[in-house]
Amino acid sequence: MTWFLDNLSYIRGLAWRHLWLSVLPVALGFVIAVPIGWYAARSRRIGGALLTIGSLVYTIPSLPLLVIIPGLLGTSFLDPTNVVLVLTIYAVAVMLRSAADGFASVPRAVGDAARASGYARWQQVLLVELPLAGPVLLAGVRVVSVSTVSLVTIAPLIGVANLGSLFTDGFQRYFTTEIIIGVLCVVVLALVLDLLWVLIGRLAMPWLRVSTR
Amino acid sequence: MSVFSQAMSWLSDGAHWQGDDGFPHRIAQHVGYTALTVAIATAIAVPLGLWIGHTGRLRGLAVAVTGALRALPTLGLLTLMVLWRGIGLTPPTIALVVLAIPPLLAGAYAGLESVDRATVDAARAIGMTEWQVLGRVEIPLAMPLILGGIRSAVLQVVATATIAAYIGLGGLGRYLIDGLAVRDYPQMLAGSLVIVVLALVLDGCFAVLQRVLSPQR
Repeated sequence: MTWFLDNLSYIRGLAWRHLWLSVLPVALGFVIAVPIGWYAARSRRIGGALLTIGSLVYTIPSLPLLVIIPGLLGTSFLDPTNVVLVLTIYAVAVMLRSAADGFASVPRAVGDAARASGYARWQQVLLVELPLAGPVLLAGVRVVSVSTVSLVTIAPLIGVANLGSLFTDGFQRYFTTEIIIGVLCVVVLALVLDLLWVLIGRLAMPWLRVSTR
Repeated sequence: MSVFSQAMSWLSDGAHWQGDDGFPHRIAQHVGYTALTVAIATAIAVPLGLWIGHTGRLRGLAVAVTGALRALPTLGLLTLMVLWRGIGLTPPTIALVVLAIPPLLAGAYAGLESVDRATVDAARAIGMTEWQVLGRVEIPLAMPLILGGIRSAVLQVVATATIAAYIGLGGLGRYLIDGLAVRDYPQMLAGSLVIVVLALVLDGCFAVLQRVLSPQR
């Protein structure tokens, strides 16, 4: 506890880095996966192929992918961009499925009704299908967010600092307290982010509160 | 692309295919750790999952525990284990087992839950004992999901065993950690490519196994 208080500013710095290294991939993954998932729910054959690619990508272990990406892109090995990119790839792979499920769960009749009442195609997608797929999308975001926060912690192995640095540092110094505090900070960060997504979900989908209670 | 050709020449160098630091030995180690860990974790998690799925007891707890374990950072658990239990094979094995349990447990209880209740009742109605219901009806029908759990546990362990090279475990992760220590990027890249191929091959094997062992529709 004293160690925690003594090193508060150091830990706070790591936590901030950890936060943006996790939020950025989740947000990017959402923006990329939702249109692809929408398309996958539309067409059976291409959709199935896309989902297969997604699950194949997800089988690639994270640390090797962190090593391969800089080789592919020619970026510097220590560049945090690699970490964001790798985590975004995983986020897309996971969210693709929930996005496809979400859009597939929207009843056909609803889309037809929207069109019948004069909605343009893009209005139908953005104003009708997207909100209805919302709860499933939110569930996907929450799953990805938790796993991303915990996955970020391996980045210090390739020199990108974040809360995981408390593990490598504590390990090298044989200092258990530092690792335990690191684990706690990571779990708390994951919980806080999860609450944030729930809150955003409530603000974006106020009708859910009415219908569930 | 020159790094990739360097990695390829590293891969094709005969010297890297023999001895304790050669690919065959490292691959055997990696597969060995994975098999050992998944075997232990299966022995713990699958009977437990089957019990939870069959009786419906402790289901809420199982869901909460599997969720919480997923949030646990792998590297933190690995380093903690070493500081508590010392260097050697035991600490990483314990950590890998802990991380392999959630998917196995989830696969087993979700598998049993997916079995139609009417089918189970029918099995009881024709006079099967509880053990017969479990062994002859529920487990065969739940097989695809149980295998799915083992499949994700295997992939999880292959990935985590790579990270465990940082705390001194052998296996293919050594190329990444040792290569990093001397800034030998081609070596790291070569090791990474082998791990990716290993993961994809194992996943493919399980895909085939799942198809073969699934009950006919």
